[in-house]
Amino acid sequence: MGTATRSETQRGGAGLPLQTRGTRAPSRREGAGLATALGWFSIGLGLAELVAPQRMARMIGVRDDEESRNVMRAVGAREIASGIGLLSQPAAARWAWSRVAGDAMDLTLLGRALTSDSTQRNRTTAATAAVIGISALDVYAGRRLSRAEPARRLARVTRSITIGRSPEEVYRFWHDFENLPRFMRYLESVRVTGDRRSHWTAKMPTGMRLEWDAEITEDRPNELIAWRSLEGSEVRTEGAVRFREAPGGRGTEVVVNLSYQPPGGVVTTKLAQLFRAIPDYEIERELRAFKQVMETGEVLVSDATVRPGPHPAVPPAEEELRA
Amino acid sequence: MKANCWMGKHNVEVRDVPDPRILNSRDAIVRITSTAICGSDLHLYNGFVPTMERGDVLGHEFMGEVMEVGRDVKNLKAGDRVVVPFPIACGNCWHCQHGFYSTCENSNPNAWMAEKMWGHSPSGIYGYSHLLGGFAGGQAQYVRVPYADVGPLKVDDGLSDDQVLFLSDIFPTGYMGAEMADIHPGDVVAVWGCGPVGQFAIASAFLLGAERVIAIDRFPYRLQMARERSRAETIDYEDVDNVVDALRELTGGRGPDACIDAVGMEAHTHGLEYAYDRTKQALMLETDRPIALREAVMACRNGGTVSVIGVYGGFIDKFPMGSVMNRSLTLRSGQCHVQRYMRPLLERIRNGEIDPSFVITHRLPLDQAPEGYDMFLNKRDNCEKVVLTA
Repeated sequence: MGTATRSETQRGGAGLPLQTRGTRAPSRREGAGLATALGWFSIGLGLAELVAPQRMARMIGVRDDEESRNVMRAVGAREIASGIGLLSQPAAARWAWSRVAGDAMDLTLLGRALTSDSTQRNRTTAATAAVIGISALDVYAGRRLSRAEPARRLARVTRSITIGRSPEEVYRFWHDFENLPRFMRYLESVRVTGDRRSHWTAKMPTGMRLEWDAEITEDRPNELIAWRSLEGSEVRTEGAVRFREAPGGRGTEVVVNLSYQPPGGVVTTKLAQLFRAIPDYEIERELRAFKQVMETGEVLVSDATVRPGPHPAVPPAEEELRA
Repeated sequence: MKANCWMGKHNVEVRDVPDPRILNSRDAIVRITSTAICGSDLHLYNGFVPTMERGDVLGHEFMGEVMEVGRDVKNLKAGDRVVVPFPIACGNCWHCQHGFYSTCENSNPNAWMAEKMWGHSPSGIYGYSHLLGGFAGGQAQYVRVPYADVGPLKVDDGLSDDQVLFLSDIFPTGYMGAEMADIHPGDVVAVWGCGPVGQFAIASAFLLGAERVIAIDRFPYRLQMARERSRAETIDYEDVDNVVDALRELTGGRGPDACIDAVGMEAHTHGLEYAYDRTKQALMLETDRPIALREAVMACRNGGTVSVIGVYGGFIDKFPMGSVMNRSLTLRSGQCHVQRYMRPLLERIRNGEIDPSFVITHRLPLDQAPEGYDMFLNKRDNCEKVVLTA
């Protein structure tokens, strides 16, 4: 078995161009000047923290001991990484968001310092104010840069798996959308509402419930099913699944292309990308579950995986299964 | 129920945990009558296998009585006596259908973890890390057995637990090691490691027609067992300067026709090479110490086969690939596809060709599992194999 992955930009799942929805495509330059400035600022600050951690500690009024010097050096290394990333452009937005994450970390550290007895409060308060100011700039730059990278606005995933059943069987099972929740764990239900239309309900791990309507845009028996969400849905998604006969009687190669924009706008999307995005992993998991349903009849769980979250490999208690 | 749980490096504890229940329709619940500590459990005990969690129930060699079956298990019923193979396998996927049960495509719910580490995922295994599924193991009073319609072997005749328990892992594992060695009449086979798997590799090499088997270890009692139980010749590697030279001398300069590594990731040797690998392992520069494997490669005759059944987890250093390539060696390996071997090996036991119980040196109640681990690790009291009874 193997799941294969390939990232693409620009083109839609079934070879359809993604709709731009009439938004103005902002120029890359808008956020770029600020990104360059922030990049150099990052590198300068990082070097200072790395080379002269004692002086920096005194400047922001925290106790100068071995621990704070080490923290200072680590923060310095992070700053330099963000700075180089920002200056080397291609994924500048991601690096701008890495600065935002870094700011959050700095504010946490400063917050801890403020409550510590060995701190000179005035200086630390000033440093905190400075970081808050910089954070605002970082968020601004991140949003500008994110808007300037239209191809990245939709998360895109391609995954494939080989299933030991004929293309006819696999196609037939998938085509009945009401089957999908059997292997897509966040999908609560899919209701077919018309010839080509269906209503989807998903419950995210955060507890948030999402609903949208989708339509089939292309349907070639035993070969391909493509769909997209209808205008005005709170989730923007489109995808296609292809079926082709695997060599040597190995069954069917199933290839899924999926692109979607999660709700919550740009910030959510960027943060999801920053932390290496859930969808790749999730699609892979779903395909594997699909294979299990087709080949063995159901999705196998282990003592550890039957419950959400990390657990030791110990049989679950009855209450845990009911929850 | 009581279960033996991994609580960290060199720390196992018998604890009260919930009873297992049917979670999938092809599950069975088995009441354990006999279970064993495997040499590969010591890799967990020594902390060399990643993705263990504090509290994991250990154990992948076990047998017992079926208590309950899921609605899709038609071939078993409550009361059946079964031996359970350690790889969990669906029986439906391409690999299972081609006999590669330990690389089942559907039985590892954490396949993504294994893919990160190894490229593709093998099957799930009971009580053997979360990378291999996070399944509770069988060093317990009860265990849940997934795909119970495929794996468990019914043994309803007069054979004792001791005689059939090792069909769950070590007898088939040793046998597959010998089978992969492609033995022909007249062959000389060398086996590194005289732990229980090594003993079964030695015995199986003879069953498959080897003329001579040379066994390598450093514990006199283990070498003695190989000599007395399986008429092997032996090398105590602490008594020789160089195992490869010693094997050359014993084979008229040719080298063994096949070499079986039944040692794996925690090999020992004397001198600098051990210090080198142990240091690299401690610094996480390699995960496994391939000392036995290097020797097996260097010793093997031109065009011979190196068969690896000792467990490796990750990455090794200074592997003599030039020797493999330039001398036309064949390298074969794998977790045992136990389901493939259980029935034919049960026949060999029934026919009296072998009685696997010869490796058992200690019997303890489940409660004393921690003592069993400590004794097995430190080779106290000439410990070869510990069987726990629930």
